[in-house]
Amino acid sequence: MKSIFKSLGLAASAAALSLGTAISAHAVDLQFYFPVAVGGKAATTIEELTAEYSAAHPDVNIDAVYAGSYQDTVSKALTAARGGNPPQLSVILSVDMFTLIDEDVIVAFDDIANTEEDKKWLSSFYPAFMENSQTGGKTYGIPFQRSTPVLYWNKEAFKAADLDPEKAPATWEEMVSMGKKLVKKDASGNVTQWGVRIPSSGFPYWLFQGLTTENDVILANAEGNKTNFDDPKVVEALQYLVDLSAKHGVMAPGIIEWGATPKAFFEGNTAMMWTSTGNLTNVRNNAPFDFGVAMLPANKRRGAPTGGGNFYVFKDSSDEQKKASVDFVKWITAPKQAAKWSMATGYVAPSPAAWETDEMKAYAADFPPALIAREQLKYAVAELATYQNQRITRVLNDALHAAITGKKSPEDALKAAQAEADRILSEYR
Amino acid sequence: MTRRMQWIYAWLLLTPAMVMLFAFTHFPAITTIVNSFFSTPRGRRPARFVGLRNYEELIADPTFWKVLVNNLWYATATIPASIGISLLMAIWVNDKLKGRSLVRMSFFAPTVLPLIAVANIWLFFYTPGFGLIDQIRMGIFGLPENSWLGQQETVLICMMVVTIWKEAGFFMIFYLAALQAIPPSYKEAADIEGASRWVFFWKITWPLLMPTTLFVSINAIINSFRLVDHIFTMTGGGPDNASSLLLFYIYEVAFKFWQTSYAATLTVVMLAILSIIAIGQFFFMDRRVHYR
Repeated sequence: MKSIFKSLGLAASAAALSLGTAISAHAVDLQFYFPVAVGGKAATTIEELTAEYSAAHPDVNIDAVYAGSYQDTVSKALTAARGGNPPQLSVILSVDMFTLIDEDVIVAFDDIANTEEDKKWLSSFYPAFMENSQTGGKTYGIPFQRSTPVLYWNKEAFKAADLDPEKAPATWEEMVSMGKKLVKKDASGNVTQWGVRIPSSGFPYWLFQGLTTENDVILANAEGNKTNFDDPKVVEALQYLVDLSAKHGVMAPGIIEWGATPKAFFEGNTAMMWTSTGNLTNVRNNAPFDFGVAMLPANKRRGAPTGGGNFYVFKDSSDEQKKASVDFVKWITAPKQAAKWSMATGYVAPSPAAWETDEMKAYAADFPPALIAREQLKYAVAELATYQNQRITRVLNDALHAAITGKKSPEDALKAAQAEADRILSEYR
Repeated sequence: MTRRMQWIYAWLLLTPAMVMLFAFTHFPAITTIVNSFFSTPRGRRPARFVGLRNYEELIADPTFWKVLVNNLWYATATIPASIGISLLMAIWVNDKLKGRSLVRMSFFAPTVLPLIAVANIWLFFYTPGFGLIDQIRMGIFGLPENSWLGQQETVLICMMVVTIWKEAGFFMIFYLAALQAIPPSYKEAADIEGASRWVFFWKITWPLLMPTTLFVSINAIINSFRLVDHIFTMTGGGPDNASSLLLFYIYEVAFKFWQTSYAATLTVVMLAILSIIAIGQFFFMDRRVHYR
């Protein structure tokens, strides 16, 4: 009931806003960049949603531009902003917030949407998602395309290994002991099925952050100018990750590819995998066996990072355009639209109200794994975000790679990473 | 008067090409050099002159040295290998054999395919466990699975293999054209004199192919610095920069880290390396090349 009032309220404010813009004689043009990080329906769904909005608001022209991967999108948006011709709004990784502030190209939502109604709207999202969207008491991003990593397991492989197929590992120890039972070898002693797969190519820091959070340590402060890479608990988490293959033999050695991970799961090369909820629909459509989805296993506590993209409004546009942008963001993150988006992709709907819509309830009843990600949000923390974010994460990624490939001990690798991060961030303190 | 007309005529003909050359080659090169002496402008802080500080940072940057060494290994392995293989293939398909055009086409196919698409196929070959190479190794030889792209020792070699495979077919076309330009009477004369196949190749074919070899080797060197598409798709430079090359690192610094001045500094280094190589090739190798 409450949600109906809320959406009514939103619709009313949207109507009021569009009325306001309609009075000014000409239509408002908005350019909107969006990235696609998962295959399939994401791009068409965004286009459908913008078309629906344009149909209902003839005074606003939205030009939705597919801008490639997250990386491409932030590059394009920054290049366009530097050239004095930025888009009015864009979906960009939540962790790029500090970069965008540092480049001085975005505005805080509080500065352009400051009525009581707006304040209520800003507090309607899950707090776990807002951690990455706010700094210095202001909100710069509105969560939209957000995800969190979860553990997928192959129920048939569990049955074959005499494990309870309905029970995923709940702790680090269980993941190792179950993993050992799940490892299968052929006649000549070569592994044909691994216990678990935690991909580490490209951006290993994200899943590693799952491990550090579970070990009860935070990698960077909220101001984004100090990291905590050489904390003993971080070292311990990396040691656990390295030991999974080096000591316990439950995970393949070396760097493990992200892209091939769902495929390895489908092929039975691994019995468990850690990957984004953004893959949920993909796994549902392609896994040839019964699978389960669980929260990441706990050590000192439960925990996982959030991830994915936020809406940002760019500075260099007229007041009218900013107003229209906020109106559009409000509409697309409203429960009904957010639910549609979440069901099409597997991204986590960003507000509790979206989960209360009838469509979403029916979907969750039909496919309960969809709820796991939402439950995990209680334990989730902000994805690692700092100033000079790409460089800092690169420093951490290199350290993780050096430890996983056995070139450095976890402690040495992380100490070196911390020293480098301190050097880069010193000018922001 | 007609002489002056001729000058005007010449300049008019030259202008379009010169404008393009200046706008897209010389001007960017000069601004790159200028930018390398300034700090990176951020939204809140404009660029300021920092002298040689970017170059000091470059010398102190371990990643720079790592990618430079990687790139040198990459060049020394891929250049001779792709030239050698392309020459062998060209000599083979120059002979009369059954299904010659089919063989020629299949050798040339890698050149036609876009590198990004091809990299995705190679990614599957290298996948540990259920990738093509591991399936053969495990199925036939009973060896354990191997993470080809996940180890610092093997990842660069895997990248070299893809490059050689990609380039050899392209160079083969040039060698094939050159081989067909050699008059058959030379071969007949050599046969009458009783020269062996090896002597004929070493004393006649190889010297006659020298201009082609020069052209191909310049291309191979440029490509060893330029061809980085497959690194984006296959490894992203990892693990721990083990497969990162100079141009890939420049891209990362410029468009991921947004340190545009430092990227300009790296570009200056790359320009310098390439110019030195080009000058060296034209001045020293030219003397040993017989043009007909």
